[in-house]
Amino acid sequence: MGVEGIGARVTRKEDKRFLTGKGRYTDDMTAPGMRYAYFVRSPHAHAKIRSIDVSAAKAMSGVIDVLDGRQLLADGIGNLICGWMIHSKDGSPMKMGAWRPLAADTVRYVGDAIAIVVADTLGEARDAAEAVVIDYDVLPAVTEAVDALKAGAPQIHPESSDNLIFDWQIGEPDATDQAIAAAAHVTEIEIHNNRLSPNPMEPRATLGIYDGAEDHYTCYTTSQNPHVARLVMSAFYNVAPENKLRVIAPDVGGGFGSKIYIYPEEIVCLWASKKTGVPVKWTSDRTEAFLTDAHGRDHVSKVKMAFDADHRITALKVDTIANLGAYMSLFSSAVPTYLYATLLSGQYAIPAIHANVRTVYTNTVPVDAYRGAGRPEATYLLERTMETAARELGISPAELRRKNFIRTFPYQTPVIMNYDAGDYEASLNAAMQAADWAGFEARKATSEANGKKRGIGMSCYIEACGIAPSAAVGSLGAGVGLWESAEVRVNAVGTIEVLTGSHSHGQGHETTFAQLVAGRLGVPIDSINIVHGDTDKVQMGMGTYGSRSGAVGMSAVVKALDKVEAKAKKIAAHLMEADEQDIVIENGELKVAGTDKALPWFQVALASYTAHNLPAGMEPGLKETAFYDPANFTFPAGCYIAEVEIDPDTGETDIIQFVAADDFGNIINPMIVEGQVHGGIAQGIGQALLESVHYDANGQLLTASFMDYAMPRADDLPSFNLSHQNTPCPSNPLGIKGCGEAGAIGSPPALMNAITDAIGNNGLTMPATPMKVWQALHAAH
Amino acid sequence: MTKVTLTVNGRTVSGECEDRTLLVHFIREKLSLTGTHVGCDTTQCGACVVHMDGHSVKSCSILAVQASGSTITTIEGLAGQGELHPVQAAFKEHHGLQCGFCTPGMVMTAVDMINREGGSLTEEKVRAGLEGNICRCTGYHNIVKAILAADAEMAGGRQAAE
Repeated sequence: MGVEGIGARVTRKEDKRFLTGKGRYTDDMTAPGMRYAYFVRSPHAHAKIRSIDVSAAKAMSGVIDVLDGRQLLADGIGNLICGWMIHSKDGSPMKMGAWRPLAADTVRYVGDAIAIVVADTLGEARDAAEAVVIDYDVLPAVTEAVDALKAGAPQIHPESSDNLIFDWQIGEPDATDQAIAAAAHVTEIEIHNNRLSPNPMEPRATLGIYDGAEDHYTCYTTSQNPHVARLVMSAFYNVAPENKLRVIAPDVGGGFGSKIYIYPEEIVCLWASKKTGVPVKWTSDRTEAFLTDAHGRDHVSKVKMAFDADHRITALKVDTIANLGAYMSLFSSAVPTYLYATLLSGQYAIPAIHANVRTVYTNTVPVDAYRGAGRPEATYLLERTMETAARELGISPAELRRKNFIRTFPYQTPVIMNYDAGDYEASLNAAMQAADWAGFEARKATSEANGKKRGIGMSCYIEACGIAPSAAVGSLGAGVGLWESAEVRVNAVGTIEVLTGSHSHGQGHETTFAQLVAGRLGVPIDSINIVHGDTDKVQMGMGTYGSRSGAVGMSAVVKALDKVEAKAKKIAAHLMEADEQDIVIENGELKVAGTDKALPWFQVALASYTAHNLPAGMEPGLKETAFYDPANFTFPAGCYIAEVEIDPDTGETDIIQFVAADDFGNIINPMIVEGQVHGGIAQGIGQALLESVHYDANGQLLTASFMDYAMPRADDLPSFNLSHQNTPCPSNPLGIKGCGEAGAIGSPPALMNAITDAIGNNGLTMPATPMKVWQALHAAH
Repeated sequence: MTKVTLTVNGRTVSGECEDRTLLVHFIREKLSLTGTHVGCDTTQCGACVVHMDGHSVKSCSILAVQASGSTITTIEGLAGQGELHPVQAAFKEHHGLQCGFCTPGMVMTAVDMINREGGSLTEEKVRAGLEGNICRCTGYHNIVKAILAADAEMAGGRQAAE
């Protein structure tokens, strides 16, 4: 480990601009002649649009134009699509309802966009939006997935007669049923995974700029994957061909999944820029964000877990209903299927698994991936079930887990995944030791003496990251390949630019990617720049989500570096009249091993560009490109422990300690990895204690501001106690597994297991607000 | 339209704006100081915190015309060109930021907190003092560490000066 290479705790190169107000986010961008957009949105959860009258709005001060869905349709702009095909168990394809960027005849959730107003100022655009007159025929609405499946429920899309999108299964139904019938013990539980709003602090924004002279579009947008945005907007939405559309995702203020998708606003602002002849900027306000950013989770599941007399799990049966909202968002179909049910084996050897998943339309905003995406739902289900089983069987939760851990690798689960490496007991032991599990009973006695209830709970999670082998996901229905690309460009003076298709929106790639290069070449980290987020600069990329940037994005950089090094060695060998095999790269020099002959890195770079004296037939320059397609998913895993104290008079939960023991494989920068885990745990604690999206029966969103939706704040959280175990990932060159989502995956069940342990009522659902805890506590006695 | 005159980061500036213009929009759009951010519109998140006459205010909850005549410091004016204020330096050292969007407001709140209670801050006090600032990335762990470290360093600096 060097001072700046892999494994070093390097402070971030990007920090200075963020700390001094020089970050450049989409809403900071301007263009000559730029005007402001405001969207007219449906106030109804479900309605037919009888008429739209924009005449009064168009006549108002400062208004450039008001455009609606009829014009958009006439101009041939296509429907928004879901990019992952899932087939029901009867073989029929998923039922994708039409999603217009601007609704023309029917609105299906509160916030559905209907028209765009473009005006000189945002205030004028808002005023004019108020003056757009829309006559609605209001229809009955349904917001809960379970209700939407009932006979007589309001019908949301003509493409699905019963609101069912698909009825899908994985695993072996017969073997599972037989094992359950023969079991010594069966634990049954109903699991609710509450609906969440991702809420990155930067609201979504977009600036569409049409250049009439070149017939060219530029789109600044808050995206985690600008190339995918360009691809989809070109191939499906018919905005412009790829060579006429540049997408730039500059500094992006957090994503957590919600900025993967292409939303109506990007498409409409680009189109509106052409229609009006001015650059058009839209910035979401926070209420719009609650109304229109894709939500996460929202599952209801019935679970049966079967055990033999020796407490070994013999089968797991899961029946899940997942709410996908009013339309199918870009990856919505993959989340409750291949990102969820394939992780239902958890860390345990389970011979038979069967999961059935029904996805359902409701009159709510679309639901898609949110930090963890399916894996938190699987982990919460499994780990609440394991804890419940341990209580029913009368054995310690740690012992039940130890008894069932997978211990030999590779391990093929009954639900597709092939785990490549892990040591689950190591993380369990580390977490129990860090939490002083053995001392819990004494601490509990002290709490009881003080009139408080104390509980402790654990969660052993596994996730699949490094998304994903392209052929594998293609065979499962993905519309894209999930490789990553990189280009390493050595300048003539030896400084280096790395162009990557990964996108940083808080993860610190400008530092970690540079650490990789610095470690390989021995050049200072400040001589390396990481370029990302612009389709005109970076050739192609699949973006950042699913903890893939280290395992996939950096592996692509490794491949490109391999090629750069090979060429540099050839040049150095030629210049020093040595054998290419004898050249080593160390401390910024190319040396002939065993001699004092050496050339500084910059001299080799310069020689490649002057091209005065290169090996015969060699092309000038020192720049290489690589695509890396992962061989397998990666499998981060770990153990989290929460200890809580509850005031029985108020129901308030105090988190006494929170311990995380994670195995992420090799780590590039421990400081950044710890930060990722802290943030993930905070979101997981938010889900368990505070956060929940609520719609009323008419489909009005009741939690549409930070005054109504409880975001975790500093005084809601403790400091966290972290440790790392390491079984390197064998499937990628860096041995990295990924760390971005673990915190959000592992923490909710640990906390809920601790709270239910304290209050003695297992029926509690998330979020465990003081009121719900108080009611559960009193119901238990 | 009303004329607003302010002293911002040491310079006197003035501009015309609608009466309904919020101070944050005046700073961002009229003065092109885009380090001050809008994260919520309801005075909850604190991404827009600036100092007005030496005290932290949420610039989304005050009209530009109300602020006329006052002295404003934004994140851009906290330290000299190319330098970092000790609180900014501590945020970097302790990884108190990730996406950077809440960071300007966090830093301005932290500086005000240290100005008011410097030398006596505890983890509990810092967490309570951050109640009006939301961060979605860091879980606050490293923000709290950074503020305590900056407080200790600045207190040391004050002692050394005395």
